[in-house]
Amino acid sequence: MGIVQIAAVIVILLLLVKPVGTYLYHVFSNEPSRTDRIFGGFERGIFKLSGLKNREGMTWKGYAISFLGTNIVLVAFSYLFLRLQGALPMNPNGTGGMEQSLTFNTVISFMTNTNLQHYSGETGLSYFSQMAVITMMMFTSAASGFSVAVAFVRGITGRDTVGNFFEDFVKSITRIFLPLALLVTLVLVALQVPQTLQPSLHVTTLEGGSQQIAIGPVASLESIKHLGTNGGGFFGANSAHPFENPSPLTNVIEILSMWTLPASLPYMYGLFAKNKRQGWMIFSAMMTLFVLLLGLNYYAETAGNPAINAMGIDASQGSMEGKEVRFGIAQSSLFTAVTTAATTGSVNNMHDTLTPLGSITPLSLMMLNNVFGGKGVGLVNMLMYAILGVFLCGLMVGRTPEFLGRKIEAREMKLIAIAILIHPLIILAPTAAAFLTELGKGSISNPGFHGMTQVLYEFTSSAANNGSGFEGLADNTTFWNVLTGIVMLLGRYVSIIAMLAVAGSMIRKKPVPETIGTFRTDNGLFTGILIGTVLIIGALTFLPVVVLGPVAEYLTLR
Amino acid sequence: MKNTSSYILSIVRLSAIFIILCGVVYPLASTAIAQVLMPSQANGSLLKNSAGQVIGSELIGQNFTNPALFHGRVSSIDYKAEASGSNNYGPSNTDMLKRTSDFIAQWKLDNPQVPVNQLPIDLVTNSGSGLDPDISPASAIVQVPRISSLTGLSSDKLEQLIQSHTEGRELGLFGEERVNVLKLNKALFELSAK
Repeated sequence: MGIVQIAAVIVILLLLVKPVGTYLYHVFSNEPSRTDRIFGGFERGIFKLSGLKNREGMTWKGYAISFLGTNIVLVAFSYLFLRLQGALPMNPNGTGGMEQSLTFNTVISFMTNTNLQHYSGETGLSYFSQMAVITMMMFTSAASGFSVAVAFVRGITGRDTVGNFFEDFVKSITRIFLPLALLVTLVLVALQVPQTLQPSLHVTTLEGGSQQIAIGPVASLESIKHLGTNGGGFFGANSAHPFENPSPLTNVIEILSMWTLPASLPYMYGLFAKNKRQGWMIFSAMMTLFVLLLGLNYYAETAGNPAINAMGIDASQGSMEGKEVRFGIAQSSLFTAVTTAATTGSVNNMHDTLTPLGSITPLSLMMLNNVFGGKGVGLVNMLMYAILGVFLCGLMVGRTPEFLGRKIEAREMKLIAIAILIHPLIILAPTAAAFLTELGKGSISNPGFHGMTQVLYEFTSSAANNGSGFEGLADNTTFWNVLTGIVMLLGRYVSIIAMLAVAGSMIRKKPVPETIGTFRTDNGLFTGILIGTVLIIGALTFLPVVVLGPVAEYLTLR
Repeated sequence: MKNTSSYILSIVRLSAIFIILCGVVYPLASTAIAQVLMPSQANGSLLKNSAGQVIGSELIGQNFTNPALFHGRVSSIDYKAEASGSNNYGPSNTDMLKRTSDFIAQWKLDNPQVPVNQLPIDLVTNSGSGLDPDISPASAIVQVPRISSLTGLSSDKLEQLIQSHTEGRELGLFGEERVNVLKLNKALFELSAK
């Protein structure tokens, strides 16, 4: 039954990919379409109010500067709001201003679409901050990432320019995120997710005790949290909290909310490239890697924790520590795989409590960082590996490599090498640094090899802009706030700028005509090469550290 | 220079528009629509007793210590819903293994009629949220002998009660079968009062 429910969700996703991908293409191709009539006027109003009159295509540098500038301004506003929240309106529970290093970490975390949370939502944020900082950044960071991905696709498919950042940014919100978020919010409320501005409830329980229940405008955050692959929860327990995710049905909706947009991007890319097969090839490479890793987690969690199974109880449900009864293994396992593949980072079960082999799944998906991926970055990373794969094949047969009819040369390969290497660098170097200092080691809550995994997971999640955590780690200290803040910044902006530069350089190249000797990138052979490239580079980089953490823990528990 | 400053001003204006649109208008409009159309769900699905007093939310588990009532899952926060979460114990954590074996030992003392190999794992483990309102139907069944001997209600009656409170998989497919402990105990209260 577990496998059937997982398969059912994947089938629904497959059915959504084509219509959603087509819609995304219509939004970003900037050709006149029916949706203009609905949203056009509204968008013109926004452009008029902000004074952005001419929106012609930009150079890649202009695009990058506009993207960075908008992010910086949003960070500045949010920093002020969080520091001053005690004095701002809509604060019925009397929450005070946020501490400096925690604010630094929080604004970076949400602007980079990471949503690593070193605060706890119930006690750390006012309702105003939940709305005007957290919810707002969930829209704007997702829109920023989406825009960059579209610009990259325009670049390598040879459009006239990479596009106009402001136009892409505004349209992402008005035509994709806002309408979808409103719809999903209302569906979630109908399925019992709260949406209120009342303060916490105080009740006398059935047994006569007292219970204080934190509540708030949950649904409106929950929907964009998943649609924008953000992942920061309203409550500390994130989507495991019954108010955020009350039933298996809301669980399926949340999974599809975070999965559909990233999974539809390869199809949109196929339309831009005028080669739908190519889009499907990228999609199937992603899906193959996804199913392999999901299978590992499902198997390991169903088998359970040998140390507990040995206690003689009925452990047929699998490893239930840190999981909710309503989800069981299947819905928890699928959520874990999707949230780390799509770099959302919300959790409906506690990843710290995963069995050792089960924890390899979220770690690997974040280390690869290109299996679907969040808000467009996953597609960009996968295309980067595709170009690398073409380059490797070209070297083997001694031809100048081409991708989509454009020559791949030294400049592009240098930029791609930077983007590929920065990811392991900012995971492994700070992990080592944390183990060299008391400040780092002191925060580990689980002894032995599991402690190694806790630290590794924290930095992997930061670098991949995922935001889930092995939450036992006591990470709200200046050391962790500053270090993970820097990792998140580098993880987001270095690769994005490098990839925009690649787009800018590809767009200037003259297309070379396709001949019989051209290496095709839209067949099964290429999909195999792509999966191979991803796995070889991923395994060479990360296997040693994975052996030190989860694999070692597995061997000691067996 | 004038161009740069007007460019920056445009970015600031655009940011302000989206802070208002996404950060204020969107959540407030969602709240208004939700409160008008679905007030019960939007306010936390509150559960009332026969006297009309709110006794909690049907979605949020409660701490039950009375041995004559059904117990929920282990919660490191004792179902204190002003916060949420768990201890995040890894699978090899000795504190977690000790907590689990202590729990099983105590459970054997409290439920001598039930062999321990029937004790389901969900009852022994800490939920992710610390607020899990549900247990598996099997976890309710194993508590029947204890509750029956303490309340005098017959096992058949209690098992019927569990059966009528078992929620199936959603759409017959998604999730797991489960029993909401608060609703079950509320019904148990009403049954005992008769």
